[in-house]
Amino acid sequence: MKRRLLLLLPLLGFLVLGGFLYQGLSMNPFDRDSALMAREFPAFELTTLEDSERTVDGSLLEGEVTLVNVWGEWCPTCKQEMPQLLDLADRGVRLIGVDYKDTREKGREFLAEFGNPFEVNVFDPDGSLGFDLGVYGAPETFLVDADGIIRYHHTGYIKPEDVRETILPEVEKWRD
Amino acid sequence: MARLIRGLLAALLLLPLLAQAAGIEVRQFDDPVTEQRYQDLTASLRCPKCENQAIGDSDSPIAGDMRDRVYVQLQDGRSDKEILDFMVSRFGDYVLYNPRLEGRTLLLWGLPAALVLLGAVVVVLMVRARRRISARALSTEERDRLDALINRERNE
Amino acid sequence: MQTLMIPEIGHFALIIALLMALVQGVMPLAGAATRRPLWMAYGRPMATGQFLFLAIAYACLTASYLLDDFSVANVANNSNSLLPWYYKASAVWGNHEGSVLLWSLILGAWTFAVSRFSRELPRDMLARVLGVMGLVSVGFLAFVLVTSNPFERLLPNVPQDGADLNPLLQDFGLIVHPPMLYMGYVGFSVVFAFAIAALLGGRLDAAWTRWARPWTNIAWAFLTVGIALGSWWAYYELGWGGWWFWDPVENASLLPWLAGTALIHSLAVTEKRGSFKSWTVLLAISTFSLSLMGTFLVRSGVLTSVHAFANDPSRGLFILVLLGITVGLSLLLFALRAPRVSHQVAFSWLSRDALLLINNILLVIMTVTVLLGTVYPLLLDAMDLGKISVGPPYFNALFVPLTVVLCLFMGLGPLARWKRTDGRDLLKRSWLAGLLALIIGALAPLLYRGEWSLQVSLGVLISLWVVLPMARDLWVKTRHSSGRLAGAKRLSLAYWGMTLGHLGVAVTIIGVTVVSNYAIDRNVRMGVGDSVELAGYTFTMTELGSRRGPNFLADFAEIEVRRGDSQRTFAMTPEKRLYLARGMPMTDVALRPGLFRDLYVAMGEDLEDGSWAMRLQYKPFVRWLWLGGLLMAAGGILAVADRRYRRTATARDPEQGAAAEPKPKEATA
Repeated sequence: MKRRLLLLLPLLGFLVLGGFLYQGLSMNPFDRDSALMAREFPAFELTTLEDSERTVDGSLLEGEVTLVNVWGEWCPTCKQEMPQLLDLADRGVRLIGVDYKDTREKGREFLAEFGNPFEVNVFDPDGSLGFDLGVYGAPETFLVDADGIIRYHHTGYIKPEDVRETILPEVEKWRD
Repeated sequence: MARLIRGLLAALLLLPLLAQAAGIEVRQFDDPVTEQRYQDLTASLRCPKCENQAIGDSDSPIAGDMRDRVYVQLQDGRSDKEILDFMVSRFGDYVLYNPRLEGRTLLLWGLPAALVLLGAVVVVLMVRARRRISARALSTEERDRLDALINRERNE
Repeated sequence: MQTLMIPEIGHFALIIALLMALVQGVMPLAGAATRRPLWMAYGRPMATGQFLFLAIAYACLTASYLLDDFSVANVANNSNSLLPWYYKASAVWGNHEGSVLLWSLILGAWTFAVSRFSRELPRDMLARVLGVMGLVSVGFLAFVLVTSNPFERLLPNVPQDGADLNPLLQDFGLIVHPPMLYMGYVGFSVVFAFAIAALLGGRLDAAWTRWARPWTNIAWAFLTVGIALGSWWAYYELGWGGWWFWDPVENASLLPWLAGTALIHSLAVTEKRGSFKSWTVLLAISTFSLSLMGTFLVRSGVLTSVHAFANDPSRGLFILVLLGITVGLSLLLFALRAPRVSHQVAFSWLSRDALLLINNILLVIMTVTVLLGTVYPLLLDAMDLGKISVGPPYFNALFVPLTVVLCLFMGLGPLARWKRTDGRDLLKRSWLAGLLALIIGALAPLLYRGEWSLQVSLGVLISLWVVLPMARDLWVKTRHSSGRLAGAKRLSLAYWGMTLGHLGVAVTIIGVTVVSNYAIDRNVRMGVGDSVELAGYTFTMTELGSRRGPNFLADFAEIEVRRGDSQRTFAMTPEKRLYLARGMPMTDVALRPGLFRDLYVAMGEDLEDGSWAMRLQYKPFVRWLWLGGLLMAAGGILAVADRRYRRTATARDPEQGAAAEPKPKEATA
């Protein structure tokens, strides 16, 4: 009897492994939560895209729920995403942009051409703020609550459905 | 035949050897120890964007940024642990190729060692059990003959 | 050029092959179960027919490639009219659909070979073996036809030209690596079928192991060569001098190899001593299961890898179901049919039996470790415990010590006798080898580089410990009145196989040890006239320029290399190319191979001031890695080239029913 149980072990082991492999099929290895969830937005001190004399820091994000979008002129998906961001701005969501690894000229060109839903844009030519945010490609979007804590992270393109289904609900959730 | 082989070898040597361009930057180090640490760190940090490459092997801009940071921090005198923590706090545990020893990786680090112990126990038990089964009925002479027969390694 | 019927013929041939596989799978198994000779007799002709039609189908796909038929989607996606013919032929398997077709073809070939070279097998055993292989074929052919049909057409909008084969694949490596690998993966289906047949027939004596051994060793040899080729290819193409990255796809090939190594040893024990029967059956099932699992991992998108073939979860599901049925049913059969009482064969501590038991246990632990590390990120993610990575530091930390322990026992194995060995005798035959290994090991790093290193000493120590006892044994055994050569001729091929195989392991370990510890890698700034010194070689840039190739633009550098004070120099010419069709920049590495060292020069970035960032590498003993692999493979084949496995069909052939000539005197060994 003991031997019979022993002989069943390989089958059981395989079934467990198979179960995990099956689950693996529906998972996306690239879908990762930000390392900064539930942590303070990283400290920064940078100029704005609009005004090279004006410096902003973390206090910019306090007091109101804010959606921070990291974008760049070189990023094609950011162009596609613009309509959704403009839509969010229309619905009263406060948007702050981070112009990541651009020149001032290119950044301004981009906004002129595709629209500017942002209250203000942080100019991050070296990508230092992006780095501290753990950004590895644009676009990336962070939801920051009124106390400056990151509450939600969206990697990549924001689909029109995402606006309704995920982003707005999250904004509402953290508004209280 | 020899000519064919030589020709083949020559052809192989001449075939272009294409490769992806990986980050090749020239960096100055004060001493070989730091240089070795740089190599080790850039080999053990994973590029967050690539399909399984270390930051030392990858072309992507984020890998380049990460390499720059590693270099700067080494020059600042940071320890390996500090540099790794720095990266993890921004990109998550995902960028560590050397998984930390913590609750959720206990099985990962522990199972092989446990299996070695288990294996040793199995071997000991099995050999002990099977030693006794020797056919006591054989005389020493017969046993030697049997031994020789079993161990024959020459062709007939 | 659009060919009218060839893809359709190919498609049709595939369907026929599937039907034949179905008959081959069902009839002989049913015939063996119900003792109907007529049904069992379907095995052989169906195997032949299936192979024939698979060959036709494969030929049709290859023809479509060679004829530039871009109406076939597979050709349009992976080929180009400017591609040289040998890359067109290889591009057939350079993609998912074609490679699965190759898998199926190779499976058909192995099945056909088994049906041809099994005259002395009992009829019902052969029927079951062919039946099982037929069922596996059914699974794969169904997979091809349902999810990965290479013959799909792009009518009516036929593209003008194809998308081209990825430049990284336009390389000799593509021509050799996948076929060798698949021959190995698929070859393990034979021993798998034998094991299942043994379970089904209730005939679990050692006979099936004798029949299965040659097939298994040959498959293992192919897999060894396939993995060595893969490592070599990655070395000069992807890895920047890296030859193993513990990437999931690489691990997928290593897993059946490790289990296969345990299997070839376990088969030897079971054949010789009749012990470990159930264990050998389980190993046979597991090795092929790992082959199948490898196929799953590489194509399902479940794990991230640079080498990943395809990232298609829907195809992944099909393979997983295939895997589940094949492995699940096999393991269930094993649980139900494996003998409840194990045949207790006696052996003592220092016997070859015990040492091979330890070998098996260690190899299985190594297999489990690699498997665990590969799937662990997936396990944690599935349980919502976050996303981690498991990479080279983990695998090296565990695999290296296990290898060291394995080698410690490997030194004694060839010396030990079956059943029991006199301890003093063993000591007498090995103490000198051990002492020499220790001394040379301890001194090696000092002599080579003037500085002691534990890792190098350990590596040299275990390699010598594997080789020296065997060398002494060989010396003693070749003692003969008519000279050494006569003595050598008297030794069995099995003995030579073992010696060569283990020598291969030692050679590989030396290669790994030296290249891991003594390789030099420098990034330097070089302009025309600059010289850099590396490992005793002086590299001088004599020229920087650009040129235009057939489908690329390139910047190149002429580097003159001189060794030490020598008068002779040789040139290395790295390039940085921009391929116009795809806009892909590629670095063309200059590699100077040698038996004892490789030199590497690559161009990095144009520093815009007349100089470039260049990467120079010195890789001592790196070729030993792959040479060791070749030696291992050669050893594996020799071990079963023994006369006893090459019995001709002079024995009574049951199917003919009439007695043939009397059996020749059998060689007992």
